[in-house]
Formats: sequence, structure tokens, C-alpha cells
Amino acid sequence: MSVTDLHTEKSYLTDGFTLRSWLLTTDHKRIALLYLGSITLFFFVGGLAAALIRYNLIVPEGMIGSAETYNKLFTMHGVVMVWFFLIPAIPVTLGNFLVPLMLGARDLAFPRLNLASWYLFVLAGIVALYSVVAGGVDTGWTFYTPLTSAYSKGHVVATVVAIFIAGFSSIATGLNFIITIHQLRAPGMTWYKMPVFLWSLYATSVILVLATPVLAMTLLLLAFERIFHIGVFDPAIGGDPLLFQHLFWFYSHPAVYVMILPGFGVISEIVPAFSSKTLFGYKFVVWASISIAVISFLVWGHHMFVAGTSLYSALVFSILSFMVAVPSAIKVFNWIGTMHNGFIRFDAPMLYAIGFIGLFTMGGLTGLFVAALAADVHLTQTYFVVAHFHYVMVGGMVSAFFAGLHFWWPKITGRLYPEMWGRAGAVIMFLGFNLTFFPQFLLGYLGMPRRYHSYPPEFQVLNVLSSAGATVLAVGYLLPLAYLTWSLLYGKRASANPWNATGLEWKTQSPPLTENFISTPVVTDPPYHYPRPEVAQHHD
Amino acid sequence: MTEASLTHDFQYSNARHQAESAISGMWLFLASEVLFFGPLFLAWIYSRHWNQSGFDEGARQTDLMLGTVNTVILLTSSLAYSAGVAFIEAGNRRRLIQCCVIAWLLGAAFLVVKFGIEWRHDFSKGLFPGPEFAIVGPLRDGAQLFFVFYFLGTALHGLHMFVGLILVGWIIVRAREFSPGYYTPVSVVGLYWSFVDMVWIILYPLIYLVGRGP
Repeated sequence: MSVTDLHTEKSYLTDGFTLRSWLLTTDHKRIALLYLGSITLFFFVGGLAAALIRYNLIVPEGMIGSAETYNKLFTMHGVVMVWFFLIPAIPVTLGNFLVPLMLGARDLAFPRLNLASWYLFVLAGIVALYSVVAGGVDTGWTFYTPLTSAYSKGHVVATVVAIFIAGFSSIATGLNFIITIHQLRAPGMTWYKMPVFLWSLYATSVILVLATPVLAMTLLLLAFERIFHIGVFDPAIGGDPLLFQHLFWFYSHPAVYVMILPGFGVISEIVPAFSSKTLFGYKFVVWASISIAVISFLVWGHHMFVAGTSLYSALVFSILSFMVAVPSAIKVFNWIGTMHNGFIRFDAPMLYAIGFIGLFTMGGLTGLFVAALAADVHLTQTYFVVAHFHYVMVGGMVSAFFAGLHFWWPKITGRLYPEMWGRAGAVIMFLGFNLTFFPQFLLGYLGMPRRYHSYPPEFQVLNVLSSAGATVLAVGYLLPLAYLTWSLLYGKRASANPWNATGLEWKTQSPPLTENFISTPVVTDPPYHYPRPEVAQHHD
Repeated sequence: MTEASLTHDFQYSNARHQAESAISGMWLFLASEVLFFGPLFLAWIYSRHWNQSGFDEGARQTDLMLGTVNTVILLTSSLAYSAGVAFIEAGNRRRLIQCCVIAWLLGAAFLVVKFGIEWRHDFSKGLFPGPEFAIVGPLRDGAQLFFVFYFLGTALHGLHMFVGLILVGWIIVRAREFSPGYYTPVSVVGLYWSFVDMVWIILYPLIYLVGRGP
């Protein structure tokens, strides 16, 4: 194929070059790219706040003079990262792009709703950025009352409105995925032939649709109270501030699984592909996702062990929290079982995936420490908790996002990224992450509380290590931004299936046509139908 | 028009397939709406539990007559709309339009009674929570809390009604497209319109009935 052919080759990317053809598109693949641009922006906004937090903590008295500024920084970091990166990241980019492709469908069930969800997201993002520029919020991303309802001087209402709108964007996405998965499976694509990525997104969507509205109402109640100076969380008139915590965590704990479940899905695609083996215990992985989604609704009370809830409810929540560890562990065992005796290729997606498995295991196991009542009394509100959830959210979810982005990059863009740079990026990210967050386990265990802009001098060495790690981590994030962008213009052209992976998305050209498939595919193979390694070698 | 000749979007295999998807999408959206109103009702009942006499005092200030009339208006509106769905199923487009117009007018009447009359009375009686709140004495706090829920609950319900009126109006405008073979939007809007009733069926006792007795 000559160069001119390549440029005129038909694909969703060449189907219209006007701004209008992008901003008014209903093609799920283009919307995925619109989202990818938006969340990348927010990732770096949130990352900048994180960098300033680590910069402040280099010296015990704090490099940034004012505690208030520091409070605003970590609030901005939390709000932006949670609602504008972690929750949407995989579903709206990789999910939007891949759900129809993996199902053998032409688009999502409701393409216009999909586009509307992006506009809601952008609107929410603008309001959020406005609240930052206008002066920010200093309450922490959890918005506990009565600090938020009565005392904080920040732009609480604007931030809450931003999250409220972003929530409806999430609901629209979740609803679209559920209906699409029910209705638009290609002939032969039975539920148990679906890739685990789809099952994970299904579980995620159930949480998005059923938990997000609870947050919406909770934030409305909060905004009402702040605007009218009277409300349901105000103990002065018989309201209950703990009620806010219950409602907030009823959403926000399941939301934690919204952040990690899609990551599980990505890893479940990559590990079999790079081990050339079928996924070990497919049905266990599938039902582990579903049971995580169900149990996630029953564990919110573990955020309130020291908030004065009853001992008996705390015991129940502790036991239920331990139960979530079971399906999570099943997944880890199954990924390792898949790699066992596999023909493993250590390309960048696999390196990210292996990093994910290690970091997520650390994050998950330390979760058991804080789910245990007695240990939690010592560890809660310390850096131990910060380290724990960053191992899951950043070590887990962000690694999975990068794993998936590299894995499907050739499909999305039609270009190969430079493999050596990809591997270097994966290793740098893994090392930088551990250097940043492992010291925080120690800091927390030694008693350093979170959310303070200064600390006693004996904690300095570990804090400096952590800040140094953050620098390495920043390189790990900027590197892919550079070489992936580079590959858009100069990367080698990708074939339809550069990884020899299974799945319908690899059966169509890279980048796909606007209609995804020339004719509707018919599914006959079971999922992850990889030939046994010895057979594959024999063919070679 | 036969089923095969109906148009459908390119991701669906036929028009029935698309209709099924649209209807299940609305059901799922309503499930999410249930969880939107759920925390409001939960917080309402929970707060009432701790402030029972104050909530009772608040409930006694509400206008049972207007609330009951409005309940009748709203349920009749839904009845009219459901009849419209049955009519288009049977192929009677003119009756569909008439039913939708009745449903729309009754819905609008509800909003007028609720916000034009009842809210105005409430405000003039000083029942909006805040420093000017009319009820004084030991029950003041609980009664204020009651009215926080009252105003928020009715406002959100009213907002849903308002959206519903736009949707019913949209059905009236588009009515000539519908036939026994294709009336999916009529069904989808009908689900939403009935859901708005359901919310009111919970709000009505919470506002007007519970704790009203001596």
C-alpha cells in the first residue's frame, strides 16, 4: 500500500475532518476520543495539584506558606481525580470505544445520549475549573458536614454542582452500556462468550446507575443547607451530620469499585493475550465482578468506624468488607493461573498489567488492615489509608488504564507506539509509584495524620523519599503523553490484529470503519480461544 | 405500515428491537430515579423519627384539602395518558391526542395548585425555614426540618412534572407519526409520567397524612 492510499483509507478517523464532524458526532469511537482528550486534561490538572502537595511536604513546616492553600490543593486533587479522571477514565474512553466492537455491534444503543453525556461532562468540568479559579474549596473531597454546610469559606456549591452534573454524565454512560450489552450482542455472542472486559463494564454500570443518584440527592441536600443556612444535616435543629456520611459513602464506596472494576476487565483481556492462553476460570472471574458490584453496596459503614456508629453495625460492616476481598483475590489468582505455563510476551501492555497485579494486591491486602476494627482505630486518618487507596487507585486503576491504552492504541489510532519507550514507561511508572507511596505506609503506621500541611521533623526522610518518587512518577506519566502523541504522526501502521489477540475488536481493520464491521460478525469461538502455546510454536 | 417497512437506527436489527431497547432504557433510568428520590425519603423518615412532635406540628400546617385535590388531579392525568396509550395501540390517533391534551392540562393544573396557590400560602404563612419561620416554641426546630423536606421534595417533584409536561407536549406535536405499529415514544413517556405519580404517592402521605391526627 502506498503512502497516499494510507491517508485516504476509509476509517472512522477519515470520515469527516470538520470540527462539526467531531463535536456533533454520534460515533462511539469518536466520542471515546473526545472523552480521552478531556480526561487527559483533568488527569494533568489533578496531577499538578498532587505535585504541589508533594512539593509542600518536602520540609516539615511546609514549603507552601498557608495551610488553607494546602487544604485547597488536596481537595482539588481529590475532586478532579475522583470525578473527572478515575470514575470516567476507562468506561468513557476504552469502554466507549470497545463495547460495541467487542459485542459485534455497530454502535451503542443510544448514540445521542452518549454524545450528550460528553457535553454534560464538559459542562461539569468547566464548572469545576471555575470553582478552582474562583478560589477553590478547602473541605476535602468528602465534603463532610457541618464543615461544608456551615463553616467552609470556599466555593462549595459550585464544586458540588460540578459533581452533580458529572454524575448525570456517568449515569447516562452506565445506562447506555447496560442496554447495549443486553440488546446489541452479535449473533452467537452469548453472555458466557463475552470478554470479561464487558462483564466488568456491566458490573461497573450497575453501580453507576444505582449509586450515583444517591450522591446527587445527598449533594442537593448539602447545597440546600449551605444556601439557606438550614438543613437536614444541621444538628442545631435536630438534623444529623452522620446521615451525610452514611449517604455519601453509600455512593462513594461503590464508586471505589467503579474505579477499579474496569481495570480488572482490562487486565483480564491483556493477561490471556500476552500469555497466549485462555483465561483461567472464566466464569469465576465473571461472577467475581458481579459479586464485587453487589457487595460494594453493603460496606459503606467501614468509613465510619471512628465516627461514633454502633459497635454492632461496625462489626457487620467489618465482616462484609472482608468479604469483598474474596472475589478480588479470586481474580488475582486467576490472572496468575492464566500466566502459569503460558507463553508470555513482555510487551508494554503486559508490563503494565503485571505491575497492576502486584500493586493491586498490595492495595487490596492493606485494605484488610483498615477493614479490621482494631487496626483501623490506629490507622484511620493516617497516611496508611492514603497509601492503601493510592495503591488501588493509582497503582491499580491508572496502571490498568495505561495497560489498556497501549494494548488498544493500534486499534484506536491505526498506529503502533514505539515498543521500547512503552516498556521504559511501564517500568518507570512502577518504580516511581512504589517510591512515592510505599513510604506513606510507613508514615501512616508511625502516626503521621493525613491532610496536614506540616509535620514533625522525624517524618522528613520518608516524606522526601515520597516526594522524590512523585518526580519519577511524573516522568512516567509524561513519557507516554510524548511518545503516544509522536506515534500518531510517525508510528508504524498497525495491522488489524498486531498482538494476535482474540476478540471481535481485532477482527476488523485498524482503525475501524465508522460502521465497525463490513458485515455483522457471527460468534462461534469461546472467549479467549488462544491456541495452546506448544501448538502455536509448532506452527512457527 | 408493516413492521418490516418501519425505519430503525443502523445499530438495531429491526424496529421492534429498537423499541425494546428504548423501553428498557427508560425502565433503567427510572430505577436510577428511584435511587435519586430514595435518600430524600430515607432522610425524611429518619429525621421524623428523631423529631416526631416537631414534624407533626409541621404536617398540621399543610393544606390537606389542596394536597388531596392535587392527588386526584395527578392520578386522573395518568389515567388519561394510559388511556391514550391504549387508544394508539388500537389505532385511534385522534383519541390519543385528546387524551394527551387532557393529561397535559391536568398536569399543568397540578403545578398551578401546587406552586401558584399552595406554595404562595405557605410563604405568606411564613413556613419557609429560616429566621422568619412562623412556628415558635419547642417544636420550632423539628417543624423547620419538616419544611426543609417539604419544599425540597415538592420542588423536585414539580421539576419532574415540568419535564413531564414538555415530554407530553412533544408527544402531542409528534402524534401524527404514531400508529399501532410504532408508538414507542408514547410508551416511553408514559412510563416517566407514571413514575412522577409514584413519587407523589409517597410524598402525599409524608407531607399531609403522617402525624396529622391529634
